[in-house]
Amino acid sequence: MTLPLSDIQAVLPELIVVAAACLVLGLDPITPQSKKTWLAWLSLGSLVLCVPITISQMGTRVSAFSDLVVLDPYACFWKLLLYLVSGLTILLSLAYLKAERINLGEYYGFLLLSLSGMMIMVSAVDLLTIYLGTELMSLSLYVLAGFKRFEARSLEASAKYFVLGSFSSGILLYGISLLFGVAGSTRLSAIAAAVANRGLDDPALVLAMILLVVGFGFKIAVVPFHMWTPDVYEGAPTSVTAFMAVASKVASFGAFVRVFLEGLGGLKANWYGLFLVVCIATLVLGNVVAIVQTNIKRMLAYSSIAHAGYALIGIVVAGQADTEGAVRSAGLSSVMLYLAVYAFMTLGAFAVVAMLRKGGLEGEEIEDFTGLAKRQPIAAFLMLVFMVSLAGIPPTAGFIGKFYLFLAAVNAGLAWLAVIAVLFAAVSAYYYLRVVMVMYMRDLDISAGLAPRFASSPAMTVVLACAIAGVVILGLYPDPLVSLTTSAVLTLK
Amino acid sequence: MFNFILFTFAFLLRVANMVPLSYYVILSAIVFITGVVGVLIRRNIIIILLSIELMLNATNINFVAFSSYFQNVVGQVFVFFALTVAAAEVAVGLAIIIALYRSKSSINVDEFQLLKW
Repeated sequence: MTLPLSDIQAVLPELIVVAAACLVLGLDPITPQSKKTWLAWLSLGSLVLCVPITISQMGTRVSAFSDLVVLDPYACFWKLLLYLVSGLTILLSLAYLKAERINLGEYYGFLLLSLSGMMIMVSAVDLLTIYLGTELMSLSLYVLAGFKRFEARSLEASAKYFVLGSFSSGILLYGISLLFGVAGSTRLSAIAAAVANRGLDDPALVLAMILLVVGFGFKIAVVPFHMWTPDVYEGAPTSVTAFMAVASKVASFGAFVRVFLEGLGGLKANWYGLFLVVCIATLVLGNVVAIVQTNIKRMLAYSSIAHAGYALIGIVVAGQADTEGAVRSAGLSSVMLYLAVYAFMTLGAFAVVAMLRKGGLEGEEIEDFTGLAKRQPIAAFLMLVFMVSLAGIPPTAGFIGKFYLFLAAVNAGLAWLAVIAVLFAAVSAYYYLRVVMVMYMRDLDISAGLAPRFASSPAMTVVLACAIAGVVILGLYPDPLVSLTTSAVLTLK
Repeated sequence: MFNFILFTFAFLLRVANMVPLSYYVILSAIVFITGVVGVLIRRNIIIILLSIELMLNATNINFVAFSSYFQNVVGQVFVFFALTVAAAEVAVGLAIIIALYRSKSSINVDEFQLLKW
């Protein structure tokens, strides 16, 4: 059996990332402890290599491996976003892993393996490849979540993530098997044809769809499948939390949108109401429970749940039964825009949290930010911008993301949904701005103990600079990204 | 001896072809629900892991049954991948459980209370 060269070229970025991951894992035992940083640079180099390849592939829709994966601007957009997120996570990890004394080479290997799974997810058009990509992503993340293996909290997070993650994968797989039973194939195009033949009321189809919603719901962490998120985000090492909160959510949304529009688009009338309920429940619970959190990682976990709810608005818009093409693509492109913006602000916020050290430990309570503005004004200001952006206040990128989503909702005749979302955005401002208030308006009681301080490093500065540049530039001049997402979404069938 | 094995195999194949598809689907649904209930009510993390395996194997029954029904090998290919993934999952899961047992001396999920569940 020979593989056509064009197929190999189509998955070249994935091959490069997997090869780099294997190289990192192979070189790790023969790299002295003081030189582990080289492995990080190697991983980063492989990502930099992938960027021009993916940009050059951005043209038209090309399918490879007899329709197992597809290369279209939609997939390439997510891939580029994933490179950026992974690259920033690697830079963020450099100093963090040293400070936590878990500076091990395999960290970067697992990160790259997880990334390759995500890349497969977003470009797959067959449920087989989507499942394999999801599992590759999740298995690596289970390991990464327990990376502080001498700390009970991290292990507990890892075990919880593993149990609930594989439970959800089992449900997802059962849904896939039922879809196979209905369509006789796992290709999304064949499933779409079967859906068109069988109609809306086929019980096997509806059951399979519900199981798929549950499986993907766990991965993107929407209510009521969100229970694992706060625990895992709190227990995992902060750099891994940042990666999970951004990259895995972005990739899962990419696959989720493709499966439900390309494959199950004919069942819109069935899943529209389901998504609407899930979306509202996510907005309410995510934003309300975040208010009472005292741990900042836990608060950001609930905030990430809430943001998944905002992104779902775009999918609800696209799923409205009587939408025209333009409204549908506006909904989907605003999902892509929102997640790109979310990536910058959430990574930035987690980078600040990872930098805050209290003695030899992490300062991850909101209390630890007390009076930070007096001691470290720059760090406090960065956190201020990220919090303002997460709350969606202009002129930051968070506002632009929400604006396009709500605009799409209003154009689709869902103004009431936009109103609910705006109300809960106002609720979210309360807990985001509480962090700002603690930093700027309270003085630290020095006698209470060690003052938390920021451990800055050149790589961390680069991460923060990228994140803040993304938040500010996208907030002031979002046009290039908007036109990119609008054109990318058109290739989605 | 070889003939006997071949004969038995052919006989089993004929019996299998006589069983209607719905029986397989019902069997797989029962196995799957057993797995789901096991994950939800058992407190020992090893049993939970086994229940998850049950869920995955229920899926494999479905795939093989549909594959034979459609005369389509795609389902059997999927089973191979699903089995491989399940093996990898067990490897990672057991490693996590061992690490957890070392720090807690327990594999009861009720005792994992550091993070609010």
